[in-house]
Amino acid sequence: MLKSNLVAAAILFAFASPVRAQDAELAKIRAEIEQIKQAYEQRIGALEKRLAEADAKAGKAEKAAANAEVAATSVANRSGENAFNPAMSLVLQGTYARTSNDPDKFQITGFVPSGGEVGPPKRSFGLGETELAIASNIDPYFRGVAIVSLASEGGASIEEAYFQTLALPSGFIAKGGRYFSGIGYLNKLHQHAWDFQDAPLPYKAFLGNKLRQDGLQLKWIAPTDLLVELGAELASGDQFPGSDRNKNGVGGSSIFGHVGGDIGASYAWRTGLSYLKTSPRDRSYVDTDSLSNPVVNSFTGSAKLWVADAVLKWAPNGNSTHTNFKLQGEYFRSTQNGQLTYDDSAGSGVFGALSNQFGSRQSGWYLQGVYQFMPQWRVGYRYDRLNFGKVNNGIVLNGTGPGAADFPTLAPYNPSRNTLMFDWSLTEFSRLRLQFAADKSRLGATDNQMFVQYIYSLGAHRAHQF
Amino acid sequence: MPSKFKCVVAVLLLLIASPAFATLNVLACEPEWGDLVKEIGGDKINLYVATNALQDPHHIEARPSLIARARNADLAVCTGAQLEIGWLPLLQTQSGNARIQTGQPGYFEASRYVVKLEVPQQVDRVQGDVHPAGNPYIHLNPYNIEKVATALSARMVQINAADAAYYQSRTQAFLTRWRQAITQWEQRAAPLKGMPLVVYHKNFSYLIDWLGMKAVGDLEPKPGLPPTTAHLSALLATLSATPAKAIVLSAHNDPRAAEWLAGHAKVPALTLPFTVGGNPRTQDLFSLYDDTLSLLLAVGK
Repeated sequence: MLKSNLVAAAILFAFASPVRAQDAELAKIRAEIEQIKQAYEQRIGALEKRLAEADAKAGKAEKAAANAEVAATSVANRSGENAFNPAMSLVLQGTYARTSNDPDKFQITGFVPSGGEVGPPKRSFGLGETELAIASNIDPYFRGVAIVSLASEGGASIEEAYFQTLALPSGFIAKGGRYFSGIGYLNKLHQHAWDFQDAPLPYKAFLGNKLRQDGLQLKWIAPTDLLVELGAELASGDQFPGSDRNKNGVGGSSIFGHVGGDIGASYAWRTGLSYLKTSPRDRSYVDTDSLSNPVVNSFTGSAKLWVADAVLKWAPNGNSTHTNFKLQGEYFRSTQNGQLTYDDSAGSGVFGALSNQFGSRQSGWYLQGVYQFMPQWRVGYRYDRLNFGKVNNGIVLNGTGPGAADFPTLAPYNPSRNTLMFDWSLTEFSRLRLQFAADKSRLGATDNQMFVQYIYSLGAHRAHQF
Repeated sequence: MPSKFKCVVAVLLLLIASPAFATLNVLACEPEWGDLVKEIGGDKINLYVATNALQDPHHIEARPSLIARARNADLAVCTGAQLEIGWLPLLQTQSGNARIQTGQPGYFEASRYVVKLEVPQQVDRVQGDVHPAGNPYIHLNPYNIEKVATALSARMVQINAADAAYYQSRTQAFLTRWRQAITQWEQRAAPLKGMPLVVYHKNFSYLIDWLGMKAVGDLEPKPGLPPTTAHLSALLATLSATPAKAIVLSAHNDPRAAEWLAGHAKVPALTLPFTVGGNPRTQDLFSLYDDTLSLLLAVGK
């Protein structure tokens, strides 16, 4: 019994030790498996992390590729014949006008009519000037600009069409063609950039809204930290106060100088002095004599103009986004000397054509301030004043022919005007303006004017002229 | 006679030889590029910065001081991507300076050297004041600064070869410090990942992209339009669904809209410097990033 138990026990033991040995081995194997498992888990974890990072990078790369694709398609659009298309922009303007006097009878009494469209816009709704601007660099040396005004009555007139240099040395810029003269401050700005619907009275009286020149302009910017800009123009002089002459040589010339800079971070200023000389020949305008018959007066001689201008702009720290203020004023002094011809042949025919000496020394000025009191909203006020000065009309002084009453347009008078405006610009591309004026340009009744004006620009971004 | 002839030839050769500038006149359009130019050019440059951190570069005019500085500039360093479209082209055409015309070496457009975010599929002003080439405020991603610095250094060497060694050694020193700083900033900014923000304008997009933050709303209804009460009310409603940790604006933004939203949404309004000079602590690019991260991390806590 014991023997069989012993044998059984021995047999069991014989099996048990290898089992124990197997246990130990199993444990060893289990430990090894554990180790391997841990090692693989670590490696898998590291691989997953790398995968995640690679995914993120791929995401970024995809985004960059998408951006590059869009950029590439835009580049692709720029290849082909349209790649060099110029920058184009269009300005749409219109007004609703209410005037107490007839706009057709507008006159600046005391001053020779300038022939420009200086009267108020027509009553009720009216389309203003639609202006198309096309500009581009021509080659490394030149840039070209054309600005065409499409009139509401039909027809296109070229406001500016000029080339200018890009690569002259030493700060020179030459311009040629048709351009707005560099005299004064406001003259260079187009109507849609004005702070009021209309031009100041001195511009209306002495320049017919603005002076445009057909000719050449040379400007030089001095190599100083203060802006010193000197310019000279040689032109045909066919615009008021000049006239179309049919004569060789230069009909009008001007020189101007501007100085400007900053005061601290909040103020910027510019001031200047300009001189214009024209030689009109048979510059005529239609008037009426004392019996209301038509008379044609024409002037031949020299017409000179001095302009002094100053602008001051303020914005807190130079940031004009929320509030800013602009103060602007110009003073004009006009001198004319020559021969005036009075011709009533088309009318009463009493005197026929009479000629005598004519000389005038007249002046005018305006001062305006525009304040942006919150984003998008501005208020502005302007005062214009013209001084009749001295007019020596030889035909009248002669005593034997027509009298002062036969020159009603030149009656001694000092026109003036007060203007108030509010404008609301949702963005820099759209603007609505409400403007009130008490216009005493014409001897007699004051014209009470109210205008509502819209100005919209589309296309290429227009420049922020100072 | 021959010696005189030699003299004339010598003078002529000097004139046609590449100019060696005593100092390079540089016009930087924005303060961030001004600081980068200073890092590279040191005291061998005469720098003028056209705008300061308190100005919105969109509304700058081509005023007389800028025209004068543009006339004298040997190098104009600007962002491009139509950020300065309202005034830089005028500076180019009215300054009489052939060196800074587009395409000349003296005209450096920083945004050309980086990949831009938010390139619009369609360009139309109905979307607000969008930039056709993409978001132009590239300087708030330090990797962009690295790329621009490399390109700018090469350009300065091209224009003024006489000081090439000086520019290159300064650039290397700057890039070494900058790369070390990037590592530190990325470590510091780890808690900012996923932080939701309301922004005034889309000028922080590169910062948000670099740090992995999220812009959940804009104070402007469309880019370039000032905040309206209707839009702010809608934004308030959005924030109750997707809350934000902070409202972020630049030193030149009007703080009133942000303060209104901050009060109603119980979220802090944070004025970040945005560029060099935006607050007294940010006088260079390094402190710009340091201070921006400090201000953001202080909110995150």
